[in-house]
Amino acid sequence: MRNRGLLVYAAAYLAFLYLPVLFLPLFSFNASQYIAFPLTGFTTQWYTALFADTAMLQALSNSLKVGVVTAILSTLLGLLAAKAVTQYRLKGTGTALGFIGLPLFIPDVVLGIALLLLLAAIGFPLSLATVVLGHLCLCTPFALAVLIARFEGFDRSLEEASADLGENGWMTFWRVTFPLMLPGITASLLLTFITSFDEFLIAYFLSGTDATLPVFFWSQLRFPARLPVVLALGALILLASVVLVVLAEVVRNRGVAPDKKTIGA
Amino acid sequence: MSFLSVTRVIKRFGDVEAVKAVDLEVPRGAFFALLGPSGCGKTTLLRMIAGFEQPDDGVIAIDGVAMNGVPAHQRPTNMVFQSYAIFPHLNVFDNVAYGLRRDGLGKDALRARVEAMLATVRLEGMGARRADQLSGGQRQRVALARALVKQPKILLLDEPLGALDKRLREQMQVELRALQKSLGITFLLVTHDQEEALSMADHIAVMNGGRILQIASPRDLYERPNCREVADFIGEINFFHASVKEIAGDNVTCNAGLLGIVPVPRRAFGFAIAAGDHVLLALRPERITLSGGTVAGEIAAASFLGERSHYHARIAGRSEPVFVASSGPAPQGPVMLGWNPADVIALPFVE
Amino acid sequence: MGKSLISGFSGGVQVAKAEDGNDAGYLLLSPTLAVMALTLAAPLALLFLYSLTRTTGPVLEGGATLAQYAEVLGREGYRALFWRSLDISAVVTLATVALAYPMAYFVAFHAGRRKFLWLIALTIPFWTSYLLRVFAWKIILGYGGVINSALISIGLISAPLEFLLYNPFSVVVTLTHAWAAFAILPIYVSLEKIDRSLLEAATDLGDGPLRRFLRITLPLSMPGVIGAALLVFVPTTGDYVTPTLVGGPQGAMIANIISVQFDRVGNWPLGAALALASMAVVGVLAMLFVAAARAAAKAAR
Repeated sequence: MRNRGLLVYAAAYLAFLYLPVLFLPLFSFNASQYIAFPLTGFTTQWYTALFADTAMLQALSNSLKVGVVTAILSTLLGLLAAKAVTQYRLKGTGTALGFIGLPLFIPDVVLGIALLLLLAAIGFPLSLATVVLGHLCLCTPFALAVLIARFEGFDRSLEEASADLGENGWMTFWRVTFPLMLPGITASLLLTFITSFDEFLIAYFLSGTDATLPVFFWSQLRFPARLPVVLALGALILLASVVLVVLAEVVRNRGVAPDKKTIGA
Repeated sequence: MSFLSVTRVIKRFGDVEAVKAVDLEVPRGAFFALLGPSGCGKTTLLRMIAGFEQPDDGVIAIDGVAMNGVPAHQRPTNMVFQSYAIFPHLNVFDNVAYGLRRDGLGKDALRARVEAMLATVRLEGMGARRADQLSGGQRQRVALARALVKQPKILLLDEPLGALDKRLREQMQVELRALQKSLGITFLLVTHDQEEALSMADHIAVMNGGRILQIASPRDLYERPNCREVADFIGEINFFHASVKEIAGDNVTCNAGLLGIVPVPRRAFGFAIAAGDHVLLALRPERITLSGGTVAGEIAAASFLGERSHYHARIAGRSEPVFVASSGPAPQGPVMLGWNPADVIALPFVE
Repeated sequence: MGKSLISGFSGGVQVAKAEDGNDAGYLLLSPTLAVMALTLAAPLALLFLYSLTRTTGPVLEGGATLAQYAEVLGREGYRALFWRSLDISAVVTLATVALAYPMAYFVAFHAGRRKFLWLIALTIPFWTSYLLRVFAWKIILGYGGVINSALISIGLISAPLEFLLYNPFSVVVTLTHAWAAFAILPIYVSLEKIDRSLLEAATDLGDGPLRRFLRITLPLSMPGVIGAALLVFVPTTGDYVTPTLVGGPQGAMIANIISVQFDRVGNWPLGAALALASMAVVGVLAMLFVAAARAAAKAAR
């Protein structure tokens, strides 16, 4: 039966997606420092080592900072632009959207290097702030896409109804607009945070001496003895990502208008 | 002094003049309808009264107070939106209570007022329902309750029944009418549905192309339209070209071509006439009889509709059929079309 | 006509709003545009300037030159690398889309009430670190990696298989895994949009399941397939992490030589020309692909 065949295919596909990723937590609990079968025994020593590693903790804290700042700024920029694009009829809207969306079609390596050249040309020192700049370029298009979708599903007569019932602009924003936009804002914050937190290449070019987590991670890959610790770190990130994603999906689908509920990229 | 007065109001969108120097007087406690096809400017006029649009020129006054410059949230009007605009994040109770939070009512007083209003629109016990758990008719009632609980001087209704199915629409027409009579609040309804306007409103303003063509009671609008557009828009009608032959006191005779010489009472002409003028004579389908008349024709098509039947009668020399509605027995063979001269509607002829 | 008038009018409403608040609209848009100008337009413009510069000396000393582009186009090694990158990306795109289509089809038509669950399950691996996902393949395919050690420990082979890692094959496998979600979601969305009554109509008119799929489902889901192909092809041509970690010398791609110009050798003008040339090539290919796909869709109709 065709249906059965498809189900088997789907299961196999899911295995293809998950198995490689699941090796990370598996070997993070393996006693041997070599990543090979057979497994030699259960240990949590790599996790102990991980939490004693100050360089790693510093990189984690750097990535959290960059991620949070990037998420807030890019969501704010996306919010302003989404409102402008959906609620005004401005000349050149299409061009502006194309321009803002351009980073989606440019390899990260080019984005990172181009910004590096500019910073070098004006003598701006590399720091976590420059990483944020690079990540803003990358994340703002995502934020805009998420928020435009929200604004387009937003019935403007709701704001008019609020004004009609006696609320001024500010109170209308707090009592109607903001609660209805909240799921979109949350989704945008999570999406941009994860993108920034996970981004390697741009951070690699722009981070200077303050490594973000992926950059730190990259530097550790060269040392086989460090690999189990790196796997432990990876397993923890995996766990945190899953929690965040499930949270994001739940929030995103607690929709404004239930009849407009869509599941899309 | 009328309750709502609209004076020489003009609204332009870019190069388009959507509302062209409109004058309108609505008496206190009236059920008033703005009727017209899509894009005729009626919704724009309503939105200017609500304060969502600012007129480019002219004055809108409510209860003697000019509204120019008064923002929507400070006007004594409330609106039932076409989409109903039920706040999706609030339940029925909070939707209805939305506009009362600022009025400084105590918690109990507020609850009492909302509950009473919910009872008025027959939504008792539905306060805890979420917006997405409501049917179309219930959404309409919530929108109505939410606006009425504010005790507006004027309730504005923007195509309020458009989203409902036919049976519900007819039921709500009756309820809205009864509600308006019992509350005594002035209702201003915008609709493109002539049946809706005719069945609910005391007064109807027919709009087209940004202008008001005629303001009259439903009966007068039907029986005494003042121009071809109104006659054509309200119900079915047959037009005949004619010229004024003779005016003798209260009696006018017209030469109506295929219909022959037609007598028309002088009072049917709501405008100045002189012998030789081109005019348009019009007859409602139900005012035409199929026998005993003077104009020979034959039935080209017939449809039986229960208590009455519709016929298309052909007259030699006229390309479009004459539309006749009759409750009598089905005619056999040729017919002789006739009518009472008092039922003739006379309209000015405009090239 | 009435409808279009209404929408014309409500459009007019917004124009009228914009007359009072047009400036407000631009004001709302300007911070975002400013940030994008600073982080995108200005850097790209500077990159362009650099690409017109001679290898030594300050920017544009002695006038602009196309020498770097001549080098990029003229040197056999660069041309070969371009082709290999495009080749790898094309294979990855094909494999990713072909593997994703049945999966998306299953979710759209046969997952029933569990649709949402399937979608979450399919996207979760892609929210975990990209670096980790790529690295996972390195430890799977490596010399002393998961596959080799497993095969040796069960006695199937006595020496590790060397063809698994550090070649174009390992790059293709890794990228196909890493970008799967970008193919599944657009295809799923386009399949989901198909009006189910169209399928019933096709059946009613005598099509069997296969003919119905070829004549209705597949053509109507083409926008999703095209979108998926672009979403995979464009970024993979510029990928850096995968070729570096699992590619080896024969698996190197454009991004590697670009970054090398900025890393060690330090020939920035050449790197800039390489970056812009690769963007241009990929851009033109993407546009050609969309045009060809549209033409094919039109011809099929």
